[in-house]
Amino acid sequence: MLKIAKKDLASLFALIKESGELYLPVKVAEQTNFAAYEDGAEFDLDTLKSVKSPKDVFFPQSETLYTCKNEGKTIKITPEELVDQPFVVFGMKACDVGGIEVLDRVFLSDPVDSFYAARRAHGTIVALACHEPEESCFCKVFGIDAAEPVADVATWMIGDELYWKALTEKGEALTEKVSSLLTDADEQVVENEKTAIRAIIEKLPYSDLSLEGWNGDAVAEKFDSKLWNELYKPCLACGTCTFVCPTCQCYDIKDYNTGSSVQRYRCWDSCMYSDFTMMAHGNNRTSQMQRFRQRFMHKLVYFPANNDGTYSCVGCGRCVDKCPASLNIVKVIKAFGEKGE
Amino acid sequence: MQELITRAKELLENGTVARVLGWKIGDLPYNPEPAFFETAESLDKFVYNGFCGANLSKYMIEASKLEGKTLVCLKPCDTYSFNQLLTEHRVDRDKAYIIGVGCKGKLDVEKIKKTGIKGIVSISGAEADSACDTLEIDTLYGKKSCAYGDAMLERCHVCKGKEHKIYDELIGESRDTADKERFAEVEMIEAMSPEEKFAFFQKELSKCIRCNACRNVCPACSCRKCVFDSNKFDSAQKANVDSFEEKMFHIIRAFHVAGRCTDCGECSRVCPQGIPLHLFNRKFIKDIDELYGDYTAGAEAGSLAPLTDFKMDDAEPSIVNERG
Amino acid sequence: MSVNNEFKPKIVAFCCNWCSYAGADLAGSSRLAYPADVKIIRVPCSCRVNPMFILRAFEKGADGVIICGCHPGDCHYSTGNYYARRRMTLLFSMLDYIGVEKGRARVEWVSAAEGVKFADTMNSFVSKIKDLGENVRLGDIRCKN
Repeated sequence: MLKIAKKDLASLFALIKESGELYLPVKVAEQTNFAAYEDGAEFDLDTLKSVKSPKDVFFPQSETLYTCKNEGKTIKITPEELVDQPFVVFGMKACDVGGIEVLDRVFLSDPVDSFYAARRAHGTIVALACHEPEESCFCKVFGIDAAEPVADVATWMIGDELYWKALTEKGEALTEKVSSLLTDADEQVVENEKTAIRAIIEKLPYSDLSLEGWNGDAVAEKFDSKLWNELYKPCLACGTCTFVCPTCQCYDIKDYNTGSSVQRYRCWDSCMYSDFTMMAHGNNRTSQMQRFRQRFMHKLVYFPANNDGTYSCVGCGRCVDKCPASLNIVKVIKAFGEKGE
Repeated sequence: MQELITRAKELLENGTVARVLGWKIGDLPYNPEPAFFETAESLDKFVYNGFCGANLSKYMIEASKLEGKTLVCLKPCDTYSFNQLLTEHRVDRDKAYIIGVGCKGKLDVEKIKKTGIKGIVSISGAEADSACDTLEIDTLYGKKSCAYGDAMLERCHVCKGKEHKIYDELIGESRDTADKERFAEVEMIEAMSPEEKFAFFQKELSKCIRCNACRNVCPACSCRKCVFDSNKFDSAQKANVDSFEEKMFHIIRAFHVAGRCTDCGECSRVCPQGIPLHLFNRKFIKDIDELYGDYTAGAEAGSLAPLTDFKMDDAEPSIVNERG
Repeated sequence: MSVNNEFKPKIVAFCCNWCSYAGADLAGSSRLAYPADVKIIRVPCSCRVNPMFILRAFEKGADGVIICGCHPGDCHYSTGNYYARRRMTLLFSMLDYIGVEKGRARVEWVSAAEGVKFADTMNSFVSKIKDLGENVRLGDIRCKN
């Protein structure tokens, strides 16, 4: 166990930045989101949850895949280069790391997504334990321990010090690079913090949420439930829940005409949108009820069916915080639980 | 609130209305959701308190297509939106039974959280009947308190007034919450240099994630198919590649509702990134007032909106270069 | 070899079919000179110009956008230009509000008989845009290469 004083974090970040890009929670106009750290930017490790999850470090909201340009009578296609430089993400929470594990299952299984794989290969994740979990958190329900994040490096912010523990080879390598700033620390302090965090988690209102009945085998039973007809009604069909979610992985591929070339890019898509999975024959989900159902069926039924029972929700609670109509996955799970469906 | 529930039950049972559109109690102290109630028993979950900020007029567009009347609870500012939708023939007056509900200012949990309060277990003082000046908040990290005014939505600080513009009956009391100049923020921006203005909006709009919440919640945004959703048109860019896309989206969004926007503030309320979107709408309102005479969208049903009207001697567009 | 570094602005002119477009025609047949940087888009009426057209033009690389219509009172459809006048006033005011230089977009009334005014207007607009320089704030970086 190592540590560094909180006031020295700026030098730590400067040192990490010397050998590559550093992403961390940065406050811009009152809101905290993960962004590439630049000198003078205001980093914010106190806000528990960034508005957007940090998934966009590995899976950006928009990224160009290739560019087509007319050159005489031929079309020149230039693929976008893959990330080939190491970078560090600092301050991801246990749930955010869990989100990346869900994305790994999608993008790193066959066929491997080369853009995502390149970022995963070059990125080192420094996770930060949740000092004071909030009422919308329910990571415990999905077996995630906010007190002890599992990443390349795990850190804890306790009082005026940041405790640091490398967990993987990548983590060791990073620790080596910044070792001049770290000093030895007492393991017990961190153990106490973990106990304190876990005690709070026990008291969170959503910690006893039951996922009973939600599994890969429940397709027909859940799909046909009449409850969806009620539940979806307040939904405004915006994409907030999907865009702040750490596990939503659906994207659209589009072309942008720059006037002199065409850029083919992909961007996050939302199952809440009317043109989601639009095909030549039209759309296979024609009502908002169907779109709404899709989101929760995907997270709690289809995904576990195809991924050894893993849910594609990590309980970060961002949708709980941000939904304009105060709908969220917890209310859906509870509604089914109450009706015994 | 009890009076409201009793009356709603009565109207449901005597068949005046087929359903009630209100708010259902949430599972956290601050997250009630808009809901339709079709039976008297289901009204046990009805709630109306300081966190019922959602403007239910928007839901009346769909409810107007249903069989029978819908009892809808509208706050004073929501009635402007309802009137505006009536003007545009998007809701059916005969399908609505409007109960004008009292409003003591609506709360924004984000504002409470910004004061450093977290782990909220319960909140008292936000009840519709007995709204206090201070919210007592029980949290996992101890007891906290927050002044009601500090937790209020921006829109309530510039409230248009506690008078309901359209209703069948009124239940509950309202209080005056306006304590700020409505156009002060707009004027502050107008006074900036072009570089400062640009930097300000660049910074705010760089946060936009194109989730469309501002558009979808807007009671004035009632097109069946939005131009930004059309896949036949180049504007359907979900991308977040360059800040200009966001600027165009927000300018067009505000422009399309210019003269129709009642300044209900829903866009700013729902923005997950806290972008002060009302600054766009309010700029249009201010310009319209200054150039074409005071106009309040939704103050009365059937009024002619400024952008579907003109005068022979209107100002020329070049006036923009002459003004400050 | 000499390199001409002079800034050549890209100008989009939306011209109403009934007045300004005919005015442009007259300017041409009268052999009046105006810069070739002006690209004319013919529209049925100045009020056909959706604010989105203007923003789109800027996004795709225009340095200035001008909308020309019939003089107020002379609209082929009686009142179209009156509506256009209000819309454009509000839009230009919004552009100013978000920090775009004043004068990048303009509205002028040019009748079919005013070939000279058309040429003069274009000359003055182009010179104004030259003074303002390249449109950076409303352009999309993807269109710059």
